[in-house]
Amino acid sequence: MSTLLEAHNIRVSFKKENQTRLFGKERQQVLRGISLHLEEGECLGIIGESGSGKSTLGRVLSGLLRPEEGTITLDGQDLYGHHTRAEARALRHMLSVVFQDYTSSTNPRFRVSSIIGESLRALEHATGERIDRKRRVAELLEQVGLPESFAIRYPHELSGGQLQRVCIARALAIRPRIILLDEAISSLDASTQVQVMDLLAALRRELSLSYLFITHDLTSITYLCDRVVFMNQGEIVEQVDDITKIASITSPYARQLLEAVMGIGCEHGSGQEQASDEAWVA
Amino acid sequence: MLQQLFRSPMALLCMGIIFITALLGIFAPWVAPNDPYANDILNKFAGPSWQYPLGTDQLGRCVFSRMLFGIRPTLFLSLLTMLGTIGIGVVMGITAGYFRGTVDEIIMRVVDVMLSFPSQIIILAVVALLGVDIRNVVLASIFIKWAWYARMIRTATIKYTSMNFVLFSRSIGSGNFFILTRHMLPCIAAELAVLASLDTGWAILNISTLSFLGLGVQAPTPEWGAMLNEAKNVMVSNPEQMIVPGLAVVVLVGACNMLGDCLRDALDPKAVRQ
Repeated sequence: MSTLLEAHNIRVSFKKENQTRLFGKERQQVLRGISLHLEEGECLGIIGESGSGKSTLGRVLSGLLRPEEGTITLDGQDLYGHHTRAEARALRHMLSVVFQDYTSSTNPRFRVSSIIGESLRALEHATGERIDRKRRVAELLEQVGLPESFAIRYPHELSGGQLQRVCIARALAIRPRIILLDEAISSLDASTQVQVMDLLAALRRELSLSYLFITHDLTSITYLCDRVVFMNQGEIVEQVDDITKIASITSPYARQLLEAVMGIGCEHGSGQEQASDEAWVA
Repeated sequence: MLQQLFRSPMALLCMGIIFITALLGIFAPWVAPNDPYANDILNKFAGPSWQYPLGTDQLGRCVFSRMLFGIRPTLFLSLLTMLGTIGIGVVMGITAGYFRGTVDEIIMRVVDVMLSFPSQIIILAVVALLGVDIRNVVLASIFIKWAWYARMIRTATIKYTSMNFVLFSRSIGSGNFFILTRHMLPCIAAELAVLASLDTGWAILNISTLSFLGLGVQAPTPEWGAMLNEAKNVMVSNPEQMIVPGLAVVVLVGACNMLGDCLRDALDPKAVRQ
């Protein structure tokens, strides 16, 4: 396995809105030196509470926010370095994003076919090949378990789960090697969450994808991920390389998070832990 | 979207009024029963008759014919003003709202300066500077009004720039031009349509006002505001002279404003199918 994505010492800060002085320049540190790596074909969970900087990390990794310090290498190339146009385009379609809020992640004026078509257009530009868009849209819809007839629908005519599947199809359309799932299932109800996670697991096997799974929900992490990092206050506080040993974590914050989710079950060791976890998901 | 618009009776009525007015203006030479400039001094202030459907004015000119010819400067110059302001306003507003940073600061400070002048005063100043001419009125209106547009459109653009679908578009590497034309323009189209129709109403009023004051269209060219001005002189002896052009301005401006409302309802995609 080779390392697909590597982030080294990422720092991001934002200017504070409530300055104490006129023309003040106080800044809020959001990410304080994050380093992580993603191997080919694995699923890395990033977990943390609201405000821990995980979504900001997502933006940095997807190339939307240049960090003040630190480097991100995607398949050996620096994401924020200087590139020729062609290189930049090739980098762009390595990684794709699925957002949490499905209502705002698609243009309400686009039909499903245009939503997916936009990704296909970007891919055409990046690779220079011609794509039969209509056929490809139908294929992608089928891949995420939606009927072909959905292509002419508008986003408000779909349910949350269906729309999130469209978003996954759109993310798949650019043939990425990594998909960043930014709270992608958190706003869905429990049964739909399981369906979408099953879909994600199946797609990962089928297309040998890597996932970066950002969430605040530990159960979905244990269901899908191979490794997990805990984030708090813009720092990585704990890293678990084997998901089955999640109960053995030591840092107080991660421990607290785990206990909050698992209730009283977690002090009995990992075996039982896993069992109760599966019961919860099912 | 358009179906929704055509289903609303109010929208149909307003569009009907504007459309028919425009047609009458375009075909004025064929529709008008009399020459709008021909005097018939013996028949001044005549009541409605077969020869003069709406009577005659103080020089015995046919009021109906003058109304029809008056549509041309009133409606078409206001449409021109509207297109000009929207064109500049959209480009400036979208640029400022999407790119932010220095570009935004520069454009918005210019806008602040423009907005700090009362609009009527600056139009009067421009007309005084460049001379009394309807072209200068149109230029001055565009010059003062684009800033107002740019500000509204910038706000709408900022609202959509942070939406996830724009972020996704950027993350997969769609070009700025594609994002602006395919995502931004359709999204702000609703706001734009409302602004445009309201602004047409404003421009009609503005051109009529300035003609009324004698700064826009010059006599003897027929124009609704100028006709009102002439009627004002005989307000006491022949008050009916003011009714026709006054009513016409009210109805046309009202139609533009109501159409703005209907457009807003129709362009909301969530309201398409109840």
